[in-house]
Amino acid sequence: MLRTRLIPFLLSLLVLATAPVQALDIEITQGVEGALPIAIVPFPYSGEQSPPSQDIAAIVGADLARSGRFKTLPLADMLARPSRPEEVDFRDWRALNMENLLIGEVLPNGPAGFMVRFRLFDVFRGEQVTGFSFPTTQNDLRATAHRIADLIYEELIGQRGAFSTRIAYITSTRNSQGEERVHLEVSDSDGHNAQVIVSSDEPLMSPAWSPDGRQIAYVSFEGGTPAIWAQEVRTGKRERLTAYKGINGAPAWSPDGRQLALTLSKDGNPDIFVMDIRRRSLRALTRHWAIDTEPAWSPDGKHIVFTSDRGGAPQIYRVPVSGGQAERVTFEGSYNARASYTPDGRYLSMVTRVGGAYRIGLLDTRSGSLEIMSRGRLDESPSIAPNGSMIIYAGRDNGQGVLQAVSTDGRVRQRLATRSGDVREPAWSPYHQEERN
Amino acid sequence: MNSHYLVRLGLLTLVLVFAGCSGVGTREDAAQSGAEIIEGGSGAETAGAGAGGRWSGSPLDDPANPLSSRKIYFDFDRSDIRPEYVEVLRAHAAYLAATPGATISIEGHCDERGSREYNIGLGERRANAVLRFLEAEGVNPSQLVTISYGEERPEELGHDEAAWSMNRRAVLVY
Repeated sequence: MLRTRLIPFLLSLLVLATAPVQALDIEITQGVEGALPIAIVPFPYSGEQSPPSQDIAAIVGADLARSGRFKTLPLADMLARPSRPEEVDFRDWRALNMENLLIGEVLPNGPAGFMVRFRLFDVFRGEQVTGFSFPTTQNDLRATAHRIADLIYEELIGQRGAFSTRIAYITSTRNSQGEERVHLEVSDSDGHNAQVIVSSDEPLMSPAWSPDGRQIAYVSFEGGTPAIWAQEVRTGKRERLTAYKGINGAPAWSPDGRQLALTLSKDGNPDIFVMDIRRRSLRALTRHWAIDTEPAWSPDGKHIVFTSDRGGAPQIYRVPVSGGQAERVTFEGSYNARASYTPDGRYLSMVTRVGGAYRIGLLDTRSGSLEIMSRGRLDESPSIAPNGSMIIYAGRDNGQGVLQAVSTDGRVRQRLATRSGDVREPAWSPYHQEERN
Repeated sequence: MNSHYLVRLGLLTLVLVFAGCSGVGTREDAAQSGAEIIEGGSGAETAGAGAGGRWSGSPLDDPANPLSSRKIYFDFDRSDIRPEYVEVLRAHAAYLAATPGATISIEGHCDERGSREYNIGLGERRANAVLRFLEAEGVNPSQLVTISYGEERPEELGHDEAAWSMNRRAVLVY
């Protein structure tokens, strides 16, 4: 019973603190008709010390274009390249049918720092919409660019941007003998700064971010049996949370980060448990002979949805976290699994079978209607961006495991792939708590 | 009494032969010899039995012996044991019951369709179906452990029914 102990494994051989690897390549496969035209002028640098290593304006432009909601003006089409408000002639931009204009510059800030200053204009009204100055460093230039993209997105789309977030995912490569090596990686939401945080010859599964974005829980079969680990993303330090007999799977942090819902089969078959993380105490939430697994919390932390085949085939059920009777949520289709809530709590994304294909479905819990969001044959592992704008999921493309993303309105599609090997089980990070105060 | 002693002597000899033959082999050796590579074992837990046959190795490796068959396959989203595997599993049960020192790990696997953690559950159900069958046939539960790999360890890497049917399996690992 007490096989689980507080074992703080400090950086075993398996865990690599920061190992840079190949980036995920992201391409937009479908954009929005009538995306907002925006001109993003390169930010010049004026200073004596070494110039910034990143092109801020290019990163902002790539973020906005990748969302599918913006159409960026090619550099070659620009009639002028202002960097300060007094240099802007709005007629130049009206002539190009631009609705918005972003200008800015990078200035030195102390011995090793930079100050990034930007202004966003409404071209039609000839007015500044917003403007900020951000102090930053060489290492944080990309992060600063993503913050600027977040602000512009929020200002013009009316929804908080999620460009400053990250994605965790599993990659898999096989050597010439066909032996698989799996990695748990974390990258920025644009696929850059990909880093391996765990590497193993045994399966790695089910990465799940803590709500503060500092830790990832995951399942590792290292040593031959599955266990749930929680690892600090920044330092690589990790702890084993459970290693019971049988299944230790499907970790999901509660919205307040104090509890972990998980699947254990220690009592004979898979049931949902809730662990108090600090005290390591366990409480069974379901007790059923069926497979109960894949718990996910409602945003208010009051309910857990999970997959169960108690009715004969996998369907989604919902149970109060305080305990009680589970009620069935999905009725459409013969296979619904791995549900998770959108941040507003209204929709559930899930894997649903359509004919012989497995696709990503989005269930409106108010109307009960299920919309099919993806087009693949073997789509799985949906994860929703913290602003609710996109669902990222795993699929197959010409035999390669790739990640795909679709906006929750179905209008924008992206494809994310590594140059070799498979990618699967994406998990979109929450907003970082330090980002806003 | 005397014959019992001979059987035990034969067993001991076979254990030694088996350890010498394959216990120290590398993966490449096994691959070249066409033998099955058994994953996940923690070492040479294997034991020989069944002295007196013409096969000079372990009965587990005798191609003519049903014990050499260690994989059984399942229908989609099912965990009931198909009739064609009853004979093979009975042979394993008889062997394990007669060889109390032998232990096996029963691996449950799934095809790639559907969600991964549900498939972990389904793989465990398949492994448990084999476990219960062996126990019902008289095997001591202490000789058996199960592990589910879900869809994480496919035997065939394709993405069609031909591959899927090979991946919906339970594997007996001695």
